[in-house]
Amino acid sequence: MSFPWANEYKPSTAFTRYLDEKLPLPRFVYNAVGAGYPVPRNLNYFWNFGVLAGVALMVQIISGIILAMHFAAESTVAFASVEHIMRDVNAGWFIRYAHMNGASMFFIVVYTHIFRGLFYGSYKPPREMVWHLGLVIFLLMMATAFMGYVLPWGQMSFWGAKVITGLFGAIPLVGEPIQTWLLGGFAPDNAALNRFFSLHYLLPFVILGVIVLHIWALHIPGSSNPTGVEVKAEQDTVPFHPYYTAKDGVGVAAFFIVFATLVFFAPNFLGEPDNYIPANPMSTPANIVPEWYFWPFYAILRAFTVDFLFIPAKLLGVLAMFAAILLLFFLPWLDTSAVRSGHYRPLFRKFFWFGLIPCIVVLGYCGGSHATDGIVLISQIAAAYYFAHFLIILPIIARVETPKPLPNSITEAVLASNAGASLQPAE
Amino acid sequence: MASLTEDSATAGEEQGGVRRRDFINVAAASFAGVGAVSVALPLINQMNPSADVLAEASTEVDVSAIAPGQAIKTIFRKQPLFVRHLTPEEIAAAEKVSTSELRDPQTLEDRTKPGHKQWLITMGVCTHLGCVPLGAAAGEIKGEFGGYFCPCHGSSYDTAGRIRKGPAPKNLMVPDYSFTSDTVVKVG
Repeated sequence: MSFPWANEYKPSTAFTRYLDEKLPLPRFVYNAVGAGYPVPRNLNYFWNFGVLAGVALMVQIISGIILAMHFAAESTVAFASVEHIMRDVNAGWFIRYAHMNGASMFFIVVYTHIFRGLFYGSYKPPREMVWHLGLVIFLLMMATAFMGYVLPWGQMSFWGAKVITGLFGAIPLVGEPIQTWLLGGFAPDNAALNRFFSLHYLLPFVILGVIVLHIWALHIPGSSNPTGVEVKAEQDTVPFHPYYTAKDGVGVAAFFIVFATLVFFAPNFLGEPDNYIPANPMSTPANIVPEWYFWPFYAILRAFTVDFLFIPAKLLGVLAMFAAILLLFFLPWLDTSAVRSGHYRPLFRKFFWFGLIPCIVVLGYCGGSHATDGIVLISQIAAAYYFAHFLIILPIIARVETPKPLPNSITEAVLASNAGASLQPAE
Repeated sequence: MASLTEDSATAGEEQGGVRRRDFINVAAASFAGVGAVSVALPLINQMNPSADVLAEASTEVDVSAIAPGQAIKTIFRKQPLFVRHLTPEEIAAAEKVSTSELRDPQTLEDRTKPGHKQWLITMGVCTHLGCVPLGAAAGEIKGEFGGYFCPCHGSSYDTAGRIRKGPAPKNLMVPDYSFTSDTVVKVG
């Protein structure tokens, strides 16, 4: 569906007219990301990150397919085959560094995309399905990234696989059979490496499929915007192409500048040096840490050190870690405020910038550090705040807050800010 | 034919609303369902350890060269196995502890074989998240209870391999094993 004033696709040549009758793919693209999709005229640069996430996924798929041509998923040679890519394959170092750092770029972009949604209330009706599909993509991304990290079969790969599959061992009764089943053995070995490779190759295409659903669900109500006020009339929107293809182009260029800087000047900055040591089941690295994008969740996992009733601490940690993400599925019903955008919510905004964001930064820092008593205590406080923010603070804010007056329409908001801007120099 | 199906359909409805067509639908769906499940089972079971992995599931260890106070690290099911020859002091230290103060109450007798109390054979896998604890090789720190110490999250095990401090929920696992002679142990 779209707004009634959306441009209609008009094939201009005999060939496109023929194609439009037999397989209207150009029409589909035109309506999805072309001039046929009307978008609010006031989107800021935070609305670039959906497209950027798509770009990052394509970078990962292309570089990944090439890497798979040179990689051997067999535990005795996997590490050596990665070194072979780095040293012998033509431009292999470039493709591998692009894939490694591409994963980090993907997470940077997706986290920004998620925080955009959190601040501007994009998860609220009528877009809750968009939010839920986005969370599914996020979970699939985490699984894909984890399995990809295991493939080079370095020390962090091996011990990461051991710790993460060990989480399933915390499930009462069926935990250990599940762990053995997942690994195809009693510890990570050739069977695990092979199946992780198979799934690591598969899941990006599943992600691609869910992205199609994500965009489909988005196009039913249409894109949200920084005011959170819904589109009311034609003057509130502009066609996606050329206006937002151009604006997204600026973002894509910035994305590739940051990406290239990482790949060419600091390719191992975000990685762990221990992963350049071949996997050794007999020796544990001094500090097992996941990649940076899992640090906040790892901190929550390690924050539970005491048994509660009959539930062992280890299981509590695992449950809390998964709950930290599953909780977000309930967000549309936890935050009941009728106002979407954080711009018009003074109290929400304070807790967002001075509560949630610092809390996640602290959790990230703790997750990447060695687990001393002090770090564990800080993680416990931050983890408690994380859950309290969503389960207690947001519902209370929604009730007690007096939002600022909303503009009557997107156009009114845009004109008001333009008028304000032109008045400023006169003063 | 049309009148025949109509007749049978009406006849069915008179018997409490169940038509013959309903029976065929249920039977067809059940048949396909059983077929799908029977194909799914091998597809799921292929993920379990294969025959060659299971074939390596038992191992023999010659313990004759391990002096009291020493320990060795060997491999059992691709995981570290600790074989430790306890000194009389270590045995005494383990026996002195009352089981009521333990997180996972077990005595040294529970964790060793009769007549071989000096041989503590455990997995070298921390029960918290699977790291290899320190304390088996010479010069490694043994933690404050003189047994093993896991460097990952600070779990300390005593001289009977029992969890005493830190996040691990259980004692170091004792695998199935037996002494085939005085100096040879068959594990698994």
